[in-house]
Amino acid sequence: MRFLPSEEQSDFARTLRGLLAASDVPAAVRAWGAGDHAPGKELWARFAATGLFALAADEAHEGMGLMPLELAGGFVELGRAGVPGPVVETAAAAVLLTRLGDEALAKRFLPGLAAGETPATLTLPGGGPYALDADAATHLFTVSPAGELRLAPGAGPPRTSIDPARRLALPDGGGELLAAGPAVTAAARDAADWARLLTAAQCLGTGEALLARTVEYAKQRTQFGTAIGAFQAVKHRLADTLIGLEFARPLLWAAALSLDPGEVAAAKLTAGEAAYAAAMTALQLHGAVGYTEELDLSLWLRKARPLRDAWGSPSQCRAAVLQERLR
Amino acid sequence: MDLNHSADVEAFRAEARDWLAAHVPATPLPSLETREGFAAHREWEALLHSARWAVVSWPEEYGGRGVDIEHWLVFEEEYWAAGAPGRVSQNGINLLAPTLFDHATGEQRARVLPSMASGRTIWAQAWSEPESGSDLASLTSRAVRTEGGWLLSGQKTWSSRAAFADRAFGIFRTDPDAPKPHQGLTYLMFDLRAPGVTVRPIGRLDGKPAFAELFLDEVFVPDADVIGEPGQGWRIAMSTTGNERGLTLRAPGRFLAAADRLVDLWHNLGNPADTALRDRVADAVVGARAYQLFTWANASRFAAGETIGAESSLNKVFWSRYDIALHESALDLLGPDAELADGEWAEPWIFSLAGPIYAGTNEIQRDIIAERLLGLPKGRR
Repeated sequence: MRFLPSEEQSDFARTLRGLLAASDVPAAVRAWGAGDHAPGKELWARFAATGLFALAADEAHEGMGLMPLELAGGFVELGRAGVPGPVVETAAAAVLLTRLGDEALAKRFLPGLAAGETPATLTLPGGGPYALDADAATHLFTVSPAGELRLAPGAGPPRTSIDPARRLALPDGGGELLAAGPAVTAAARDAADWARLLTAAQCLGTGEALLARTVEYAKQRTQFGTAIGAFQAVKHRLADTLIGLEFARPLLWAAALSLDPGEVAAAKLTAGEAAYAAAMTALQLHGAVGYTEELDLSLWLRKARPLRDAWGSPSQCRAAVLQERLR
Repeated sequence: MDLNHSADVEAFRAEARDWLAAHVPATPLPSLETREGFAAHREWEALLHSARWAVVSWPEEYGGRGVDIEHWLVFEEEYWAAGAPGRVSQNGINLLAPTLFDHATGEQRARVLPSMASGRTIWAQAWSEPESGSDLASLTSRAVRTEGGWLLSGQKTWSSRAAFADRAFGIFRTDPDAPKPHQGLTYLMFDLRAPGVTVRPIGRLDGKPAFAELFLDEVFVPDADVIGEPGQGWRIAMSTTGNERGLTLRAPGRFLAAADRLVDLWHNLGNPADTALRDRVADAVVGARAYQLFTWANASRFAAGETIGAESSLNKVFWSRYDIALHESALDLLGPDAELADGEWAEPWIFSLAGPIYAGTNEIQRDIIAERLLGLPKGRR
């Protein structure tokens, strides 16, 4: 037993972290929210070149095989940087097509997904009704409760989320029927678990970014002649935020190791709540300036709540945990 | 990264499970915070020791099995899952023993550890004083040099297990003129039945004497019972409290077993329509797993040669809050029966309430986290 990331796993996350830190992600996020996808897509091309999405596709179709641990580590970094776009959905679509094992479909879609060149979005049974960033995605997949996998012909007008960089649209009905039956249902269930896992990872990174920015602010901002970070009430809120995040991390690792639905739900619940708590702490400790959209902090602040609820709200995750336990 | 145990660890687990299944008392022992329960638990310690399960991580020469922390964590999982009794020896095993391994002489280890392992000598901790709780370095009880040893005088309080224990360990001021309060302190062991010691049991919230006040009037302690160098008591004690907050005081196995019992309770008594309570049961399951995994990650760091410092404060705040939340959920499930003092969950709930207070209050732990892990400036406490 060695319950720590390997050198390779840590190196991959570090590489991605460095690459994203050297990019102007906030500018890309703001442009994305305004409907200009160009800077965001340039950013995608850069992080996809690390092989990130290849970790969600099989080797026969330009993938690296399904590597949830490495992928989750990468998605922590996407969350930390606050990247825009259907990153979770693209990876989940790749998992779905890999799991489905339909050679023609795999050949048609997987190489583009694995390379990150054709971003995809999707809706799955048990997920929400909206497809994320359908206007920016190359493909929009839908899976019906009856197990029909379709390529949607389009989507309704994008609606703005609380996080302007998340654009939501209802998929149009119909479209090309790609596959149907129990195999689709099973592959979609796996893809939904991966989407939940990777959203949990994004939450953890988002929470860490919020905490790091707030700690820096608390060291610099002075009131009553002293840095606010010296006040016990401020310290304790930040300490609690760190505790929340530190106990979410091993749950994320274990979920990525096993992909057990109960473990994945536990990781999503805990990381989502920890990130949202980090956002509330960041808002309170930044004071009025934190309540403005000018400050880059807002890019993470507004993400924390939607990510907490996407691909499994806390309530759904708690139900899943107990369902697995009582089974 | 993996969570698979080796065949050796799994064989160890199976051996522990079999032994516990055959020996754990069918009816729970009386509370260890009563005279009769204390005696019964002492016998249980002797039985554990006879099969070398009392101190599995210690070297074999002191009654252990010399196993690593992974084995120990697995043993604890089996121990608590089997419903085995609470450990009346825990102050000695978890707090004093690590100090002895790090700082004592060979003679001290050979003299103290075997009787601690067998339960023949039960140890109480004597840290706090009436005016020195979180601000432990302000303590005033003193040890004055005398022929062949020291004379202890002063008062200790909230001394866990001291109502019925045999011996105690703590720190005492040996140099009142030292420039800083945490200097000039000395770590030593003393006999609770020595002349000059008065033990006044203190009832905790449920009236059981879980701790005591100690009045010390020129109690003689030989030089042989000083641990480490005189004047180094603070440094030595801090290495002990790190253990207390970290892994050893609350093994994850204890919470995993408690969460299992809570799920059973929900299964038997839970109202499916009460989703708020259901959610809290789920949180207890997730919290136990999070704590287990966090501990495994730390154990892996140990194994990789890293040390765990201020990180142990994260543990302490987590498990103490978790413990209360879990027991509150159990009481809520029990409804009107929750109030009954002899109920299965009543005493554990009372016990959980002390978690945020002892081993360094959670307020102090959060200060440590903020200053040492997050790098925030020091402020007035």
